[in-house]
Amino acid sequence: MSVRVSIVGGSGYVGGELLRLLLDHPAVAVAQVTSERLAGRPVTTTHPNLRGRTALAYVPAAQLQPCDVLLVALPHGAAARQIDALAALAPRVLDCSADFRLTDAAQYERWYGEPHPAPHWLGRFVYGLPEVRRAALRDAAYVSGVGCNATASNLALLPLVRAGLIDQQRDVIIEVKVGSSEGGAQANEASHHPERSGVVRSYAPVGHRHTAEIMQVTGLGRVHLSITSVELVRGALATAHAFLARPAGEKELWRAFRACYQDEPFVRIVRERQGAYRLPEPKILGGTNYADVGFALDEASGRVVSICAIDNLMKGAAGSAVQCLNLMLGLDERTGLGFAGLHPV
Amino acid sequence: MTATCPECDAMIALAADVVEHEIVICTDCAAELEVIGLDPPALALAPEVGEDWGE
Repeated sequence: MSVRVSIVGGSGYVGGELLRLLLDHPAVAVAQVTSERLAGRPVTTTHPNLRGRTALAYVPAAQLQPCDVLLVALPHGAAARQIDALAALAPRVLDCSADFRLTDAAQYERWYGEPHPAPHWLGRFVYGLPEVRRAALRDAAYVSGVGCNATASNLALLPLVRAGLIDQQRDVIIEVKVGSSEGGAQANEASHHPERSGVVRSYAPVGHRHTAEIMQVTGLGRVHLSITSVELVRGALATAHAFLARPAGEKELWRAFRACYQDEPFVRIVRERQGAYRLPEPKILGGTNYADVGFALDEASGRVVSICAIDNLMKGAAGSAVQCLNLMLGLDERTGLGFAGLHPV
Repeated sequence: MTATCPECDAMIALAADVVEHEIVICTDCAAELEVIGLDPPALALAPEVGEDWGE
């Protein structure tokens, strides 16, 4: 019998990806999809790739019926303000926004500029990155989403952190190049095609909110994050620069990465000596839940450059959410996430 | 029969009928490797044509 799932806030890009994935999921049936603005209109109005795949139409949130799992893809802050009402509709809630990612309300206020609307709920949510919280995600009732830039950064840094290879007395600097879909489905002056096309735009050189998630997941204190918007629709590429705590060669780095990811179904180590794709690139990951990670080492200076590529809407949002949903339901976490991507694309 | 990749330390399975100077590809790092010994099995990076990546 299928698990009845409803999507709250389904008209955005993350909601669309959740819908695409769940319509083909063998253990799930999508019951309702909400949008206040588009209530009554087919979901294919905003997700034309799903034409012929579903007859669902948007409903207003007031018409939500009880279900088994609520997947919430509302703008940041909205889920936290109505979490009690949402939790009354389903025994399990997976929120893709930033509202329940941070465990510390003070950190939330520091990075999001306002007090958390429901701080008593923070401790009830499990951070939704299976590579760090898999055991807790199994049978969890409340799961948060992940930040796309944070996920690329965290997956780049985790092998080095776990192996004790990073000199924590020195700064770790991460540059993330991102596609336009990170900006969401709503147009604005900066996304107007003549203004957006062809840019290499430093839109958050400092102060990006995902810094808090990276610090929380890695335990690193001296993390600096810069985000640059580039000519992509989907994709994020994190390039993290750190210095080794002690001398180490490339083989030790290989061992650290293998120890971290050899059993992970969606993380691939990419550091090849030949071919066009020698290190991770988001270009071939569109629509997949893969995170490709790789590294380079400057032995003379001890600087290690760790790289991670993802599709920001997938491993950075909806794909991780479905992976978490599978864990919450006791399913194989790969269920519904088998797409290998396109090449050439 | 197995041997270790000199580039990335991966354990590489060699065919039973592998011969010296045969080229194999590391499944982890894609390095081209030359079989330089059989008893014990040993691998070395195979000579390769250099590529100029803008340098």
